[in-house]
Amino acid sequence: MARTVKTIVLTGNGTNCEMEMAHACRLAGSDVVDIVHISELLCGGKRLGDYHFLNLPGGFLDGDDLGSAKAGANRFIHATIRGSREKLYGQLVDFIRDGKLILGVCNGFQLMIKLGLLPALGGDYATQTVTLTFNDSGRFEDRWVYLKTNEDSPCVFTRGLRGMYLPVRHGEGKIVTDNPDVLKRLRAGNQIVMQYSDETCEKAVMEYPLNPNGSVDAVAGICDESGRIFGLMPHPEAYLHYTNHPRWTRENLPEDGAGLSLFRNAVDFIKNVF
Amino acid sequence: MAHRIEVGFRQGVRDVLGEKTARKIVEHLGIDVAGVETIEVYTIEGNLTGDELTAAAGGPLSDPIIQEYAVDRPLAAGFDWLIEVGFRPGVTDNVGKTAREAIGLLLGRHGAVQVYTSRQYAVKGDIGRDGAERIASGLLANELIQRYEIIGRDEWDSARGVAPYIPRVIIDDNPSSEEIDLAVSDEELQAISNSRVLALTVDEIKIIREYLRTESVLRGRETVGLGSQITDAELECLAQTWSEHCKHKIFNSLITYEDEQGKTELIDSLFSSCIKKATKKIRKVLGDDDWCLSVFVDNAGIIRFNDKYNLVFKVETHNSPSALDPYGGALTGIVGVNRDPFGTGKGSKLIFNTDVFCFASPFHDAPLPPRILHPRRIYDGVREGVEHGGNKSGIPTVNGCLVFDERYLGKPLVYCGTGGIMPARIQGEPTHSKKIIPGDVIIMTGGRIGKDGIHGATFSSEELHEGSPVTAVQIGDPITQKKMTDFLLIARDKNLYRAITDNGAGGLSSSVGEMATLCGGCDIDLKKAPLKYAGLQPWEILISEAQERMSLAVPPEKCEVFLALAAKMDVEATILGTFTDSGIFHVRYGEKTVAYLDMQFLHEGLPKMRLFARWTPPRHEEPDFPEPEDLGRALKEMLGRLNICSKESVVRQYDHEVQGGSAIKPLVGAANDGPSDAAVIRPILDTFEGVVVANGICPRYSDIDTYHMAACAIDEAVRNAVAVGGSLDRLAGIDNFCWCDPVESDKNPDGLYKLAQLVRANRALYDYTTAYGVPCISGKDSMKNDYIIGGTKISIPPTLLFSTMGKIADVRKAVTMDAKRPGDLVYVLGETCEELGGSEWFALHGFIGNTVPKVNAQRAKKLYRALSRAIDSRLVASCHDCSDGGLGIALAEVAFAGGFGMDIALSDVPREGITRDDYLLFSESQSRFVVTISPQAKEAFEEIMAGHTCACIGTVTSEGIFRIAGMSGKAIVEQSIGSLKEAWQKTLDF
Repeated sequence: MARTVKTIVLTGNGTNCEMEMAHACRLAGSDVVDIVHISELLCGGKRLGDYHFLNLPGGFLDGDDLGSAKAGANRFIHATIRGSREKLYGQLVDFIRDGKLILGVCNGFQLMIKLGLLPALGGDYATQTVTLTFNDSGRFEDRWVYLKTNEDSPCVFTRGLRGMYLPVRHGEGKIVTDNPDVLKRLRAGNQIVMQYSDETCEKAVMEYPLNPNGSVDAVAGICDESGRIFGLMPHPEAYLHYTNHPRWTRENLPEDGAGLSLFRNAVDFIKNVF
Repeated sequence: MAHRIEVGFRQGVRDVLGEKTARKIVEHLGIDVAGVETIEVYTIEGNLTGDELTAAAGGPLSDPIIQEYAVDRPLAAGFDWLIEVGFRPGVTDNVGKTAREAIGLLLGRHGAVQVYTSRQYAVKGDIGRDGAERIASGLLANELIQRYEIIGRDEWDSARGVAPYIPRVIIDDNPSSEEIDLAVSDEELQAISNSRVLALTVDEIKIIREYLRTESVLRGRETVGLGSQITDAELECLAQTWSEHCKHKIFNSLITYEDEQGKTELIDSLFSSCIKKATKKIRKVLGDDDWCLSVFVDNAGIIRFNDKYNLVFKVETHNSPSALDPYGGALTGIVGVNRDPFGTGKGSKLIFNTDVFCFASPFHDAPLPPRILHPRRIYDGVREGVEHGGNKSGIPTVNGCLVFDERYLGKPLVYCGTGGIMPARIQGEPTHSKKIIPGDVIIMTGGRIGKDGIHGATFSSEELHEGSPVTAVQIGDPITQKKMTDFLLIARDKNLYRAITDNGAGGLSSSVGEMATLCGGCDIDLKKAPLKYAGLQPWEILISEAQERMSLAVPPEKCEVFLALAAKMDVEATILGTFTDSGIFHVRYGEKTVAYLDMQFLHEGLPKMRLFARWTPPRHEEPDFPEPEDLGRALKEMLGRLNICSKESVVRQYDHEVQGGSAIKPLVGAANDGPSDAAVIRPILDTFEGVVVANGICPRYSDIDTYHMAACAIDEAVRNAVAVGGSLDRLAGIDNFCWCDPVESDKNPDGLYKLAQLVRANRALYDYTTAYGVPCISGKDSMKNDYIIGGTKISIPPTLLFSTMGKIADVRKAVTMDAKRPGDLVYVLGETCEELGGSEWFALHGFIGNTVPKVNAQRAKKLYRALSRAIDSRLVASCHDCSDGGLGIALAEVAFAGGFGMDIALSDVPREGITRDDYLLFSESQSRFVVTISPQAKEAFEEIMAGHTCACIGTVTSEGIFRIAGMSGKAIVEQSIGSLKEAWQKTLDF
């Protein structure tokens, strides 16, 4: 059992949800939670390998100027650690190889997709096979959505969870693939972890605005085959307390927000495995 | 050698931007197009091999799943008209900058290329060249900042496509300092002011001329090689510092005010005698409990949040630039106001934005005067600019509103407000004040300096006219700013600098000039300033308003660490000089002095303006329309009015939840679509202490009396805060006056009246802020919101935005406006009088009237305190303020937001002098709320409300029908809540 769970929340270049994501990790019981600016990694001051749990928060990496997280992915792939030939990407590959956890939300999910970290079919973490593109509505929207979770998914983060209500806040959240085979394999491997759904959280839907972006198969979040790497468009870190819920003044809600359970599962997993 | 990389969507992939563009062409321009496809173009300057170009195109510049790319050949095909839109030279190209960095990183060669972006719109449809021209100039390109090319199918070279175009800035790099002879005639002085956009009057230039004749001044100048003539840098610097925008000359002027009886009195500075004086009085009453920490002296006001943290707040406007380029103007407005709280005290982390826009109707269908953009284009552009500025900065937009009046056609008002939070102490030192010690190093961080934003301060100190400079328009870059603020917050917490301020209006001349007053002088070298491109004159470097820059005072021993941290975090930081106690604002370009001005003269040399005001109360026609037969239909018509209807489509496009502390959102209720009165956030996630943010604005009342307009705006901002659970205990205000020119002149013959309107609004501000104990902690004014071109003059209605920010002890006690349960009792708090002057109901019938709503602050204050007690005791299920459209609108909103019906008896509504049901429904009397409570809470609630105007007027019902019985008992409204909501939602559903 891991004596101390160490979490890194990566920020910089336009990331903006690091504070609440770190808060979620702390509430979930992580002993160490460091918000680390990417420049700290690039100058060698911090290393990914020192942590168990990597959080890639939402935001607008480089303004999403070349498409969401495109320039951010380019940096991750090509940037080297100062004073060495070591690539930052190498640290990421090692992190995955060591069986550690990665959670990407919104822009963090976009980054993972564009890096090829997800869905990583056949364990190929370097080839992009799906993408996240502009919502069918053509606009950025902030709205809460119902989510159906896949109980058969290997995803570590959603173990024991059935349904969820979280906000989306994005303009590029529509999952698209150019290869029907990819979708088949995602379904078969239960890598589709979360889908936009109706209010029962049981029936995936394509209709706007329940499905806020027109994502294929109503996909909201996917994991890799191991279930340890998970990305989603909705923001679990935005629902940590009942006062975050849009209708908390009219509904009886538990003290903790539903989003917290994803982080709890992650921390529990690390405690048990490491 | 220049190359073009084009990126488009693959066959079969939806191009939503193209679809949206096609829709806009049809809706905005009425041109029928069959379809639009978009192609992103990267024009790349630099020595790249074919393989490298392909690596860039297939790497960071395109998405392998949905896009295709072409290098040095066109992608477009099968169109009728191709429109390519790119930037003009020198305009900020954020995407180009990101692409340049990405390619540099990809190739391992930093700075290997320059990248310029443009976008192609391949249009299908039989629209003719004329149609293509109209689409390009009327929708796709703003010719002030963009250029476009139109190519027809017949002239298309499908092998070569569009030739690369490089919008590089090419200026002779010949920096020099010019001397200007002021010993000339008045006409020539005026010409100097006009041609340089100085916005200085002849009298003001004469003060400068006199200064330069002072012997001691001349002796000082001699020591640095300057003579008796003013340099261009000095004149420009004085013009910035003395501009209305920076100096608030009108608010500080000596005013002779004559009232309607002909009695005159002398007012020495409205700012001192009304605004500052009110705050001083309130702080005195607070005594030891004074929670104001810094008022009026810094970029924003500061109040205490708790023992550990302070709150910071500022609201600004960015009207003139938004009139010319709505997107860039508004984007710059929001990222600009962000830097105010960021540059206050030791600097604060930004925690919320609040925006208020005033536009003409987006459905305007009359011909437009020259240089005016269609209000729909302004609406879309401003909305998008603030979306990009706010969302990309990671600051939640928690609250705001849209106000419509045809007179905002000449100049839209774009109010952007930002709040921040700072630790109360850093390394034991308080953070709310600023100190600079001579010898501290002047460092500029963030973006580089270009010609963008030159003369922004002086340009906005004039009306919009033919010669309004296009360089005043610029495009903000939220990511460069975010990188800078990420860095500076770390530097702040390591205590690496002594003071910070932002570079806004007036550029370095203002930022360094104002900081230098803290120590008594400065010495800067403009040659060290990083430039976007060569060729800027020293005076241009000094006053450029290029965005995303902060100036700092760094102790010499901390410079190295400060600069190293900046380099590590990839933020540019440059030493420009040192702060001194020489008493001189000393500016050099290399060794050569280009400005040498006494600090005293620069900041205090301008004598007060003397102005005259005469109040003549207007009389408007009294309305005479019969009470409508069908008040249900009237209610729906009112719900659909621009100033009342749902703004959901705008609100949803702003991230209102980032940072994780959202407690009361802008949209609330059973379907998350009811109109919230105010926002509540938790800026520190491990406490339930919260911040409430609200606004009040009611320019229509200015047509009758600005005194009551201001009183109502203040009351609205206060009662909105109270409605969600805020209290009068710790509520601070920000005043933001947007006026039409109140200085009488040939082109402004009713200046006396407009200045009297300003005086009256300020008196109300004094009366009501002191009555409520809500001190203004900062504010802003924008005094020239007129449009004068040719024979057309359009002046905005005098507009005061009053914004409030307060502390809420426990966000878990906050309430929302939606009815919660069937069977709950509906109360109205406050009295309804026949106060329909300036109301939406009268406006619907084409009248203004005269009975403007008046605020009884003493009575309201007691009511607000009682309501706060009731909310604190958790007796209130819902609470909604009555504002535009009055009680009828508020009741309907409470009902449909809750998803329930209501049975209401107007006969039970506390009222005075009202005999018509429509007046009772739509009067806009202030200080009223609609409250619902559970029947179990009745006794306790009524006990707290005893002695206040408060009555139970009905119940919440389960069946979804909204029923009102008139004063006689007769049913006057019976509508399904679905139909009411639909009427409310459909107007701005785009």
